[in-house]
Amino acid sequence: MNYFLGLFVSGLTRGSIYALLALGYTMVYGIIELINFAHGEIYMIGAFTALILASVLSIAGLDALSILVIASLVAMIYSAAYGYTMEKIAYKPVRHSQRLSALISAIGMSLFLQNYVRLAQTSNFLPFPALIPRFTFLDLLPFRASSAQFVIFVTTAVVMILLTFLIKFTRIGKSMRAASQDKTMAMLLGVNVNRVISVTFLIGSATAALGGVLISSFTGQINFFIGFMAGIKAFVAAVLGGIGSIPGAVLGSFVLGWTESFGAGYISSDYEDVFAFAILVLILIFKPSGLLGRPENKKV
Amino acid sequence: MVLDVRALTMDFGGLRAVDHVDLQISQGEIVALIGPNGAGKTTFFNCVTGMYTPTTGTVTIARPGSEPHNITRMRPHLITAQGLARTFQNIRLFPEMTVLENVMIGRDCRLSAGIVGAILRNRKTLEEEEQVVLDSFRMLEIVGIGKWANETAKNLPYGAQRRLEIARALATEPFLLLLDEPAAGMNPQETRDLVALIRRLRFDHHLSIFLIEHDMSLVMTLSERIYVMDYGKLIAVGEPAEVRRDPAVIKAYLGEDVSA
Amino acid sequence: MCPQATSVQTRPSRYLAYARRSLLVSIWFAILTFPIIVIRANTITGIITWRWHNIGWIIAGTFFGSWIWGYFLERKRLGTRAPAGPLRRRITALRGALDRLKQRPQVARMSVVILVLAVVAFPFLGGMYQTNIMTTALLYVVLGLGLNIIIGLGGMLHIGYIAFYALGAYSYALLNFHFGLNFWLALPIGALVGGLFSLAIGIPVLRLRGDYLAIVTLAFAEITRLVLENWSGLTFGTAGIRNIPRPAIPGIRLTLPQTTTFVYFIMIGLVLLTIFVVNRLENSRIGRQFVAMKEDFIACQAMGVNIARTKLAALGLGGMWAGLVGVVFAARTTFINPASFTVWESIIVLCTVVLGGMGSIPGVITGALVLILVPEYLRAFAQFRMLLFGAILVTMMVFRPGGLIQKRRRAYRITAEEQKVVAESGDLSIQG
Repeated sequence: MNYFLGLFVSGLTRGSIYALLALGYTMVYGIIELINFAHGEIYMIGAFTALILASVLSIAGLDALSILVIASLVAMIYSAAYGYTMEKIAYKPVRHSQRLSALISAIGMSLFLQNYVRLAQTSNFLPFPALIPRFTFLDLLPFRASSAQFVIFVTTAVVMILLTFLIKFTRIGKSMRAASQDKTMAMLLGVNVNRVISVTFLIGSATAALGGVLISSFTGQINFFIGFMAGIKAFVAAVLGGIGSIPGAVLGSFVLGWTESFGAGYISSDYEDVFAFAILVLILIFKPSGLLGRPENKKV
Repeated sequence: MVLDVRALTMDFGGLRAVDHVDLQISQGEIVALIGPNGAGKTTFFNCVTGMYTPTTGTVTIARPGSEPHNITRMRPHLITAQGLARTFQNIRLFPEMTVLENVMIGRDCRLSAGIVGAILRNRKTLEEEEQVVLDSFRMLEIVGIGKWANETAKNLPYGAQRRLEIARALATEPFLLLLDEPAAGMNPQETRDLVALIRRLRFDHHLSIFLIEHDMSLVMTLSERIYVMDYGKLIAVGEPAEVRRDPAVIKAYLGEDVSA
Repeated sequence: MCPQATSVQTRPSRYLAYARRSLLVSIWFAILTFPIIVIRANTITGIITWRWHNIGWIIAGTFFGSWIWGYFLERKRLGTRAPAGPLRRRITALRGALDRLKQRPQVARMSVVILVLAVVAFPFLGGMYQTNIMTTALLYVVLGLGLNIIIGLGGMLHIGYIAFYALGAYSYALLNFHFGLNFWLALPIGALVGGLFSLAIGIPVLRLRGDYLAIVTLAFAEITRLVLENWSGLTFGTAGIRNIPRPAIPGIRLTLPQTTTFVYFIMIGLVLLTIFVVNRLENSRIGRQFVAMKEDFIACQAMGVNIARTKLAALGLGGMWAGLVGVVFAARTTFINPASFTVWESIIVLCTVVLGGMGSIPGVITGALVLILVPEYLRAFAQFRMLLFGAILVTMMVFRPGGLIQKRRRAYRITAEEQKVVAESGDLSIQG
C-alpha cells in the first residue's frame, strides 16, 4: 500500500510539473494554433537562470529560502522575456504563412535555444542546489513524500487557481478567450490580438520557468537538454486533456504523471517514456479531441 | 429526381444549424437555396457533399437513367465519384499549382494509374496522362480561361479563379453541380457572363445545378425553383415569382435588400 | 543596402530611425542574454566565471542582425512592389543567363559529362577520408529525398523519420547476425521494413490534423529508439551490434579502401535510383495528388481524391528510402547502436529538406550536400553546427519558406492540332 502511495505521490509531482508546462502549450495553441516546440527550452532556460542566480547569491551569503524566492522570480521574468522575444522573432512573421512553416520555425527555435545554452554554459549535467527547505511534518505521513514534492504540488495548485481567476475575470483574460474563439472577430471587436498573443507567451513562459526551477531543485541536476523531453511530455499532457483547454491540460498532466509513475513502478522503469507516448497514441486514436477538448468542426 | 434530401438535420453541440430540411431537384433543373447570413445554407451543402456527417436524415442521388443511391454518411471523395461536384464559397483552389493542374486534380477520380504505373511509365499510364492533359485543357476552354493554363492558380484574377473552380468541378464529370455563392465578389458584367456560362453548362453537359447565392438578381433570373432557409429551417419553396411574394420570406429578409 | 523611396521620409532620418531601433533591440538582447552569456556558474567546482567581453559580441551582433532582419522583413512586406535593388537585379540577370545557357544542347551535354567525370573520379582523387564524408552526404541525400516525399510533396510534417533508418539498419544487422543474410538481400528487405512501419504509424493518425502527425511521429521515433535500447534480448541494447559485414561482391576480396570506394558507388547508384523514382512519382497522378493534398486537403477531398490512401501512399513511399539506406549505413559503419538514431538526426534530415527547397529534387540534393559537407570541412564551426541549423530553420521559414531552390511547377503543352480540337469545345462568345 505504501508502495502504491509513494507512486501516487510521485505521479502527482510529475503531473504538477507537466501541468505548469502544459499550460503554456495549451494557451498558445488555443490562440495561434501552433505547437510551440520551443516551450520546453523556455523551461530549461528558466532553470538555468535560477541556477546561475542561486550560485551568485549563495556567494553573496543569502539564506536558501530567499535565494529560492529571488531566483524563481528572476527566472520567471527572464523566461517570460525569452518567450516574448521568441514569439516576435520566430512566430509573428510566419503567422499568416502555412502551418507547416510555423511548426518548422518552432523546431528551429528549440534547436537554437538548446545549443545557445549548451555553448554559453556547458553540455554536462550540473548539480542544482537544494533550495527547498525541509518540512518535518511530512515525516509523519505513512509514505515517503519529500518537501520538494509538497512545494511543487502546492505551487501548481496556487498557479492554477490564479490563472483560472485571470482568465475568467480579468479584462485580458476575456480578450484571450475571445481571441481563441475567433481571432478576426476579436480584432473587429477591438481586441488587440498582438498584445493578447504576447501576454499569452509571457504567462506561459513564466509558469514554465517556475516548473523548471521546481523540478530542478527536486531532481537536483540540470543540463541543456532537460527541456526537450519535458516539453514533449507536457505537450502530450496538453493533447491528452484536449489542447486549448486549461482544465484539460491540468487533468491530462495528472493522468500522464500517474501513467508514468505506475507504469514504471509496476511494469518496468525502462519503458517509462514509452508509456507516455503509448497513451498519447491511444488517446489520439480513440478520442482525438482529448479528454476535455471540444470536438472541432473543420471550417469548409 | 437527381437529388432527394429527406429531413436532414445537423447539430453542432447544442446548436441546430439545419433542421429537418427536405429538398428535391429534378433532372436539368437550376435550383437556388437562399436565406439570410447564418441560415445554414453552407452547412446544408456540406452535409450533402459529405463534408459534414448529418445528425439525422437521408440524402439520395440518382444519375439520370440509373437507380437511386443513398449517399448519407458516405465520404466526400466517394460522393464526388458518384457524380456530385461542388465549388466553395471562399475559393479553395490549390494555390501553388498551375491552373491546368488544378483541373487535372478534378479529373483524378476518373483515373486509374497507380504507383507502379507512375514509376514504370507503361503505355497505359502515358496514354491516360495524355488524355488527362487534353481533357483538362478542354475544361478550361469551356469556362473560358484556356489562355491561363500554365499560370499559377493564385495569380489568376478573381473572376477567373471562380471560373477555375467551376472547371475543376466539371472535370469530375458530375450530373449535379453545387455552386456555393458563385457570383460573390463579381462585378455586374462578370455576373452576366457567369449566368450565361451556367445556362450553357446545363444544356451542353446535361447538368442539374444547385446553387447558394446572395445576389438576388442572379437568383431570380437564373433559377427555376428557389428554396428559402432561415434559422436552419425551410421557410418557403417555389418559383421565383412566388417566393418573392411570400410573406415569410419578406419577413426573414426584412431589413435586407431583397430587390438588389 | 537600403530600401529606396518607399516612404516620404528622407534617407538620413530613416537611417537614424533604423539605427535607433537596432540599438534598442541590441540593448534588449544584452539584458536578455546577460545571465546565460556572461555568467558561467559551475556548481560542481563552485566557480563562477564572468565573461564581460561576451556582452560586446551580443550588442554588436544583434545591432547589425536586427538591422538586416528589419530590412528583409520590410522587403518581404512590400513583396513584389519592392524596388529591385542592385543585388536582386544582378541575380535576376544571372539567372536569365543561366537559363539561356541551359537551353543550349552542347552546354547541357558538356555539364552532364563533367558531372559524371567528377562523380566517378572523386573516390580516386579524394582518398578514403574524403570518400567517406561524401558517402555520408549521399546517405543524407537519399534520406532527404525520401523525407521530401512526405513533407515536400505530401505536406505532412514528419519528425521521426530517422526511426525508419534505424529499422533498416537493425533489419540488416539482426538478419545477418541470426541468419547470415547478405547485404544485397537486406537492401530490399530494409526498404520494405521502412515502408511498412511508416504505413503502420500513418494509420492511427489518418483522421488527425497535421500538427498531431508531427508529435505522433516524434513519439513513434522515440518509442522505437527506447525499444532498441531496452529490449536487450533482441537488439543487444545500448551496446549495439558489432562486426556487421561490409557490402561484398561474391568471389572477390576487397581491401578496406576498395570497399570504401565500393560503398561510395553503391550510394551513387541508390541516389540515382531515388532521383529516378521520385522524379517519376512527382510528375504523375500520384505526385499531383500529394501536392493537392498539401495545398488544400478539403478541396482535394471534394474533388474526389481519397485522402486516406494518398496520405498512406506518401508515408509508405517516403519511409521506404530511409529503410533502404539504413541498410547501407549499418554495412558501412559495421557497428550500430540506438544512439545513432536520436530525434536530432530526424531534425537534420528535416533541415536538409527545408533549406534546399521543399518539393524540389535539386533543392533537397543541394540542401543535403551543403548541410553535411560544410560542417565537415569547417571544423572550426563544428560546435556551432546545431545552433546554426536552428537559426537556418527559423530564417528560412520567415524569409524563404520555399527553400533555396524553389520548386517550379511543370508547364504542360499540347500540339497545335490538339489545341484546335480543344478550342472548339469553348464558346468564344463568353470569354472574358
